[in-house]
Amino acid sequence: MTSDIAAILAIDGIATGAIYVLVAVGTVLIFTVTRVMFIPFGDIAAFTALTLAALETGHLPGTVGLVLVLAVLASLAECWSLGRSGRGRHIPKALAFYLLLPVLVALFVRLALPLAPSMPVRIVLALLLVMPISPLLDRIVFRPIADASVLLLLIVSMALHFALVGLGLLFFGPEGVRTQPLTDSAFEVLGVHVNGQTLLIVIASIVFSGLLYLFFGFTLTGKALRATAVNRTGARLMGIRPARSGTIAYLVGSLMAGVSGILVAPVNTIFYDSGFLLGLKAFVGAIIGGLASYPGTAIGAVFVGVLESFASFESSALKEVIVFSLLIPILIWRSIVSPHIEEEVEE
Amino acid sequence: MTRAQLATVKIVAVLALAAAPFLLSPFSITLLNYVGIYSLVAVGLVLLTGIVGIISFGQAAFIGIAAYATAWVSAINGQSPWLGLVLAIVLTCTVAAVLGLATLRLQGHFLSLSTIAWGLSIGFLFGNIDGLGGFNGLSNIPPISIGSYALSEGWQIYYLIWAFVVAVLILLNNLLNSRLGRAMRTMRGGKTLVESLGVSAYWVNLTAFVIAAFLAALSGWLYAHLSRFISPTPFEPLAGIEYLMMAMIGGATSLLGGIVGAAVIIFLKNAVQDYLPVIAKGASGQLEIVVFASIFILFLQRARQGIVPFLSRFLPQPQPKRPEPAPPLPLRNQPAPGEVLLQVEGAERRFGGLIAVNKVSFEVRAGEILGLIGPNGAGKSTMFNLLTGALACNSGKIVFAGRSIERLSQAKIARAGIARTFQHVKLRPRMTLLDNVLLGTYTRTKAGLISGALRLERQEEASARAEAMRQLERIGLGDHPFELAGNLPLGNQRLLEIARALAADPLLLVLDEPAAGLRRNEKQKLAELLANLRREHVTILLVEHDMEFVMNLVDRIVVMDFGTKLCEGDPAAIRNDARVQEAYLGSTV
Repeated sequence: MTSDIAAILAIDGIATGAIYVLVAVGTVLIFTVTRVMFIPFGDIAAFTALTLAALETGHLPGTVGLVLVLAVLASLAECWSLGRSGRGRHIPKALAFYLLLPVLVALFVRLALPLAPSMPVRIVLALLLVMPISPLLDRIVFRPIADASVLLLLIVSMALHFALVGLGLLFFGPEGVRTQPLTDSAFEVLGVHVNGQTLLIVIASIVFSGLLYLFFGFTLTGKALRATAVNRTGARLMGIRPARSGTIAYLVGSLMAGVSGILVAPVNTIFYDSGFLLGLKAFVGAIIGGLASYPGTAIGAVFVGVLESFASFESSALKEVIVFSLLIPILIWRSIVSPHIEEEVEE
Repeated sequence: MTRAQLATVKIVAVLALAAAPFLLSPFSITLLNYVGIYSLVAVGLVLLTGIVGIISFGQAAFIGIAAYATAWVSAINGQSPWLGLVLAIVLTCTVAAVLGLATLRLQGHFLSLSTIAWGLSIGFLFGNIDGLGGFNGLSNIPPISIGSYALSEGWQIYYLIWAFVVAVLILLNNLLNSRLGRAMRTMRGGKTLVESLGVSAYWVNLTAFVIAAFLAALSGWLYAHLSRFISPTPFEPLAGIEYLMMAMIGGATSLLGGIVGAAVIIFLKNAVQDYLPVIAKGASGQLEIVVFASIFILFLQRARQGIVPFLSRFLPQPQPKRPEPAPPLPLRNQPAPGEVLLQVEGAERRFGGLIAVNKVSFEVRAGEILGLIGPNGAGKSTMFNLLTGALACNSGKIVFAGRSIERLSQAKIARAGIARTFQHVKLRPRMTLLDNVLLGTYTRTKAGLISGALRLERQEEASARAEAMRQLERIGLGDHPFELAGNLPLGNQRLLEIARALAADPLLLVLDEPAAGLRRNEKQKLAELLANLRREHVTILLVEHDMEFVMNLVDRIVVMDFGTKLCEGDPAAIRNDARVQEAYLGSTV
């Protein structure tokens, strides 16, 4: 391997890693706030890419149907639990949030579609459409078992991922998509060819991580989220509702995953099931950060990207084997670094 | 239900299995074949997940290793499938042992994540190793032959498959009712108790992990020779979660749950494949996975217990037999009364800047009861943890029965002869009183995996049961040995812990605040028991902050305050010591 090739691989790896950073940061956010290891963020990213591709060709994206189905299910779940606990008067408000809002978003996209919107508008529409998915899934799937053990939540999360893969095939079909490039420009940096798309990915990753930092550091909502992450009971005593924090965390996480989907769509062909590996590799990055530290997660995700890039040069068939085998030493290292207190699981 | 009735039910079940090929259609037999094959994996997962508490997403990878191993032997190299079975088992168990050695020290969800990691890695390997057919798979796998008789028809291999299932069920059931199996059943609910009994949690975990992999290997071998064709798809992570689903829906705490779960999923799958195309034409493939994932999620939300444990509540329970007298277990050599048994010298433990235990020295002599007292925050519990190996000393020496123990693990200290109880009672609430006390005999018994599974340890087991019964009677709970421990009031739970500790025939019994939270009459009962033990010259170290309780009971007292030893002496001297009064009541003005 010459230094030229190494440089190209490194740049490629950093770009891939930057995409993982966005998903990984969302994963850490969700884990700290809700204790759910949300494997399906990769699917959310893939769905965003598929949505954007559909908008480009002027088709109504499958996401509309998916969001409507989930909105109906979530509304039923919410009304049922409100009704049972004798808080029926909250039902109109719940319906507005879980049913009306997603329906309005879907309707908006439907109306905007014939106007052949420009690319930035299409991107915004795609993000808008995708963002409700995970908060709705949270309401349907995770809210009823919010107090369950981390392990149970992990099993549910895995099952949910496979449900989403099935739904993805149902709503988007088996075809792979690749969207128009966001930019055609290219640069020469220190004698190495860098195209604009790569640069854009890295910049977007930095900008959105920065925005998240500002959100946590300087807004009341962000601080409330941090408080929930530190101690749910304590946060509740301070008037913060963990369920609401969870919803906000899912919205923010979806936005990050959505952006990563938009960035990856022009570079790789995305299928309905491409999200699994994307999500899991981001997850490896998140574990390097101990599922707690954002800078650690970012470094970990970039590391995974670079490793994958070099591994695929050495043996493209075995690159996944290399990346996931690496997780085991990382887990052992994490387990030694952060000896956690025994979670008393009663039988 | 009496034993005779239970035996009848079992015989009828086996006869029904044997008669099935004569009564059912070939298609039903094919389904039953798959039920049997998946049962093996699911039963392994019941052991691993439901009983030992390790959630594995990676079992499909083990099945794959075995299936590819036997396919390589029989289809590619033309050798006997039985040679394939040997390779399948050796290879799968070796891989499992290596993975287990590396990962089973991981805590909680880290461990489960590692199963996803190796499950994925191994899953990707199958399609990418040269010479194993790539993603197109391997065909022409021969059927299994017994002598010259080839099991090529469904009903022929049916008998082999179900013979395996029944044998596995019997052996595992034996194992679970043996010494090692009890240790396995104790793994869920925290490692502290397990280690304090002298059990190495790591080795028990590893044993269960390799057993589960072994069962997956059997299943993979049968699968390869039943379907005669393999490709990487059935060994991917999706299949891994399907097996987990079988074990959990069937009821992950019961071996039968594995079989019921496998049957439910296979028949449900079959039904879904029949009816989904009617509901949604052309979309059934996708919908199937959505339907299954949704069922699993709903199950995890609403009914985590599983089918078999739910149903068994309505069935009459088999009546267990009271342990009969048996030759006693070997006893330890107790030191002569008055000899120094435990010597603590300059023990120190810091937490960051806080010195919880500061150069504390004292000794316990054989046959005495020593009280370690002090107000809240004095460092008693830390001292206790140093003695039992739950924490390591920063400096200082602890010598027990002539052996330095400050670097030993909890399990090794327990084996050296220190038995303990817990301030917050640690029992297994779903196990019977007798089983809870039997746990204490772990260090005095030897039976391992093979002797447990084949019931070769019945004599030792009978002695252990008799010993446990004797200890239950000693604490006055001998009337209902098959009551569940969780149903006892706190006072009796404390006594039960002491019985468990006594069953270990310890050289030193250490009690951590045994009177905490007890009512007055419960305290009296406890005090009576301790007074009896004193008459029998059991050496006891009692950590307690209830002065009144301690004073009437102990021979000597060590008082701690702010991490240091304040003073030491007989109860009367301590009662009159100004420093002790100051520590407990504040200084006089």
